Amino acid sequence: MLQQQVRSPEYLFFEAEKKKQFLSGSEAVREAIRKANVDVAISYPITPQSESMHLVGDLFAEGYVKEYFRGENEFAVMSSVAGAAMAGVRVFTATGGPGTMRAFEMFPVWAGSRLPIVCAFLTRGINSPLTIQPDTIEMAFLLETGMLMLHAETAQDLHDMLLKAFIVAEKTDVHLPVGVFADGFFVTHTKEILHIADADSKLPPYDPHCAPVPAMDMESVPVRQMRDPFVMKSNFISYAAHASWQQEIEAAQERSRKHLERYLGGLVETEHEDAEVLLITSGTAVSQSREAMAICRKEGLSVGLVKIKSIRPFPSDELRRLAAGKYAVIVPELNRVGWLAKEIKARVDDPRRVIGAPRVFGGMTMPAHLIVDEIRRVLQ
Amino acid sequence: MSTRIVSISPAFEDLMPNEYKELVENGPYGKDYKVTDLGKYKELIEEHPLCAGCGLALSLRLVLGSLPSPEDTVIVGSTGCSALVFPQVGLHNVHSLFGNQNAVASGIKRALSLRFPDQVKDVVVVAGDGATADIGLDMVMQSWFRREKIATIMLDNEAYANTGGQESGMSMEGTVMNMAPKGKVFPKADLPKVAEASGCAYVAAASPSRPGKLGKVVRRAILIAREVGPTYVQLLSPCPTNFKTKPSDTVVTIKTREKEKSFKQYEYISDDARSFLSALDEGKQSEGKKSEGKQP
Repeated sequence: MLQQQVRSPEYLFFEAEKKKQFLSGSEAVREAIRKANVDVAISYPITPQSESMHLVGDLFAEGYVKEYFRGENEFAVMSSVAGAAMAGVRVFTATGGPGTMRAFEMFPVWAGSRLPIVCAFLTRGINSPLTIQPDTIEMAFLLETGMLMLHAETAQDLHDMLLKAFIVAEKTDVHLPVGVFADGFFVTHTKEILHIADADSKLPPYDPHCAPVPAMDMESVPVRQMRDPFVMKSNFISYAAHASWQQEIEAAQERSRKHLERYLGGLVETEHEDAEVLLITSGTAVSQSREAMAICRKEGLSVGLVKIKSIRPFPSDELRRLAAGKYAVIVPELNRVGWLAKEIKARVDDPRRVIGAPRVFGGMTMPAHLIVDEIRRVLQ
Repeated sequence: MSTRIVSISPAFEDLMPNEYKELVENGPYGKDYKVTDLGKYKELIEEHPLCAGCGLALSLRLVLGSLPSPEDTVIVGSTGCSALVFPQVGLHNVHSLFGNQNAVASGIKRALSLRFPDQVKDVVVVAGDGATADIGLDMVMQSWFRREKIATIMLDNEAYANTGGQESGMSMEGTVMNMAPKGKVFPKADLPKVAEASGCAYVAAASPSRPGKLGKVVRRAILIAREVGPTYVQLLSPCPTNFKTKPSDTVVTIKTREKEKSFKQYEYISDDARSFLSALDEGKQSEGKKSEGKQP
């Protein structure tokens, strides 16, 4: 194990020299966690996530992660990371597809308990029929769980977003879980050149005293909440307490915008945003859209691209401004339900201009020509 | 936890509620109270919202009075009647979901071991029979398989009481209940045997009809979990509301069950736990001798 020096997030993200490494998405997870100063990582196998948590296990064996074990199922794993986070340490886990569904009951608990858990969702289709292939449908289910959701386009994004996720998650005014999503196989199992900081630096440790709720460690006053606690009572005070708690989580999500803008350089990235037709999407659909845009622009068609990096909080104002006055907004997606198109339609001034297509799912790839065909059809 | 943490700033003394003041002045933090000391100090539990004669409330009061180090004990609960009590208990306690208590406790224990390697931090699971033997059984057993150093205490009222008296895996065979309209068709689960086979270093069945014994097994379970491995305690805690018995008869109900041999006290101590307990006794004896020696 390399001797690591604690450096500020700003140094690690913006100032440290970045060196080239040829890595798969799973290896990018390993390199992010190597520098993330993680206390507890808990794993459970599911394709296409498994390899990433094998590699995190290797980090534990090497000493970069302090505690690691294989849990018994995803619901239990998400419960155990919650317990560890409640007790005041930095935690990491990963899952995807059916694993996400199995664990589902815990995600609103993470947000409701204000736990800054970072989880990589390496997405895949969900049953039935059984599939292990890429699909982003699980993101549709997670939209309203209270967690922040970042969507990586590449292994580079996955690496960078994971590291930054810990810092945003742990801000006192946020202190919420962050899901970092990457399309299974397309990102996890392919290799690309990354530019990353050396492993001789790591993030500062988590400080449980910065949490807006006390750690469950009996090191602060175990005050009895009240003689007649509001939990589970049939009275208005009880309802109001639950309602305001939910609103505060929503507000904390909103407060994360400024941190995401600082660390991610904005919730969206644009290319040729003045074009008549905009492709707006997230994940690997961005890469395919970029290809399609290049083909179309060669033909003289006015096509631009918006890459959404943060799904929660959603870049509502940014997209409303970008979509204003466009001839069309095309939203390619790797799922059947078109959750991203719905999200965009709900925010822009003229939802009739938003076209939720093309859509591939069940494991299909999205060739650039499918997107090009859609652009041509719209412009006819 | 340093007991200084709970002390009240002089500026706020007038404002603090009496029960908190009592807890600071005369509470169990940093003391070594046992069940036999109940009544001599301010207890951790402040009233409770459970039904009259609730066996679970009785067990809970005795469990909280038996903690070897309340100032360093984190309780993990689960959904059910007992979850209504914990907001009124002067300990850090967690309710997350129904059935996942041992998974949550595993995470807490591992995190506290990292943060406080040289300090006692007891993690004690207190949950009902539905949470432990039915919906959470996989996570309960897996925490035993993994030899997590946590004590698991089941408050066994032989029903889903909080939802209105449905059959649980711990209900007695033949009992007619909600969701068992023709009577339960399979026997009460033998969870102590399951615990033993799953790697628990210490297993006991007790009840609040014998408070001294209950205190002893809870204390043993927590001390053994601290040093040796997982432990399990099952406390028969009848529910007068759902089984329509007189609230004043709860202890009588337990004693009748003992007579009928449908409930018996039980204790299993693994070899490792046994040597740990004898070392503990010897330590106490030699400590006692030392202090005797100091006496004039």
